[in-house]
Amino acid sequence: MSTGTPDGSGSGVRLLYCHCAYAKVVPPEVKAEVLRRLSESGAAFDAVPDLCDMSARKDPALARIAGSGATRIAACYPRAVKWLFHAAGAPLPAEGVEILNMRTQSAGEVLERLVPPPAAGDGEEARL
Amino acid sequence: MSRTQGTNLRVILYEGAGSEALSPDERFRLLTSLLEDGFEVTRPANGGKVSPADGAPILLLGRFRELPAAEAGLHVHDLSGKDALEAAREVRARSGARRLGEWKPWFPVIDYERCTNCMQCLTFCLFDVYGVDEGQRIQVQNQSNCKTDCPACSRVCPEVAILFPKYKNGPINGDAVKQEDVRREAMKVDITALLGGDLYASLRSRQQEARKRFSTERDESRAILERKRCLKELGKELDIPDEVLMSLPSVEDIHSRAERAKAKMAARQARSQTVKDSRPAPTEKEWGI
Ligand code: SF4
Ligand code: SF4
Repeated sequence: MSTGTPDGSGSGVRLLYCHCAYAKVVPPEVKAEVLRRLSESGAAFDAVPDLCDMSARKDPALARIAGSGATRIAACYPRAVKWLFHAAGAPLPAEGVEILNMRTQSAGEVLERLVPPPAAGDGEEARL
Repeated sequence: MSRTQGTNLRVILYEGAGSEALSPDERFRLLTSLLEDGFEVTRPANGGKVSPADGAPILLLGRFRELPAAEAGLHVHDLSGKDALEAAREVRARSGARRLGEWKPWFPVIDYERCTNCMQCLTFCLFDVYGVDEGQRIQVQNQSNCKTDCPACSRVCPEVAILFPKYKNGPINGDAVKQEDVRREAMKVDITALLGGDLYASLRSRQQEARKRFSTERDESRAILERKRCLKELGKELDIPDEVLMSLPSVEDIHSRAERAKAKMAARQARSQTVKDSRPAPTEKEWGI
């Protein structure tokens, strides 16, 4: 059975949501709104409790994500996320990754990039 | 198991063929409670891409019309049964997956686009957090040794190359480094040079002064208060916890730490030539991942 809703993840772009579970640095209302609307969007996604924790453990899941091709990540500052992956021995590719910052952007701004309406996000230049 | 070892249990929230869809509220509540409890959650949907299986233990959660058979490394739980979070915790315990929440992941991360490999962080850090890799390049190697909420080493880095992603302010939290941040760092070096040494030396001399005052002061309680006041001031200035300031190492300590780091690196190198990864290659599962 399918959820009956369109796949908002665009053409082959993976979505990753970081819940930043072990600190209050991401405003809780932004996290909650992003997660709620992501889960309602019908898009496929991966959600992790805390990328920092995974980086410290060099969790193989990070290599899995970094090697997945085009990816949009909702977490915090792009420079922090980039070097967290690097520290885990799983550097993100220079192209095809877009990092959205839930510490500084509103939930609406994050969602607009994370789950754009089908086709709207296709072929867009990713940045790191 | 150390605080930085082990694999999370990965939960697949399945709503595909052979199962019933969850209500938006139920899905959101489930996702939130699983993430808060330290589980990775994957939601496959409509053929969209998610991370492939990699051998980590998996729990398949769904409201199944017919319960799929569990197999090695794959656990199944029907959402009509007992509480999903409780079931996930049980599987985590049974599968030996890691339990989170015992450590706030607070540790430095190096921005290698800025780092010049000057080693000031390695010599400054009191807790053996830093080391060097095979190519003598600085690296963070004992993350869980880092003193929670202490950003001290980022203050001694002259290149603003050390991040603490969970720190409150930029650029230490990963915010873009602005020209004025670099200028401030340069000024910090200049000021400490004027004081007759680097920042570390100035911290140390302030600590020694505080100690001297403590040992010569007849009124002990007043001396303790004074020392506390000095340290508080310095700690506030740099956001460094008192206990870190109280235990700055001696120059000899620093040298022996650098030697230990080199020896450890050599031992690791020797080991890595003899140990081979014997785990089987991961297999793809058919649950949308
Ligand atoms: S990567 Fe950023 S958002 Fe994620 S856990 Fe670390 S600090 Fe929090
Ligand atoms: S102090 Fe900064 S520039 Fe020097 S080695 Fe450490 S991270 Fe690199």
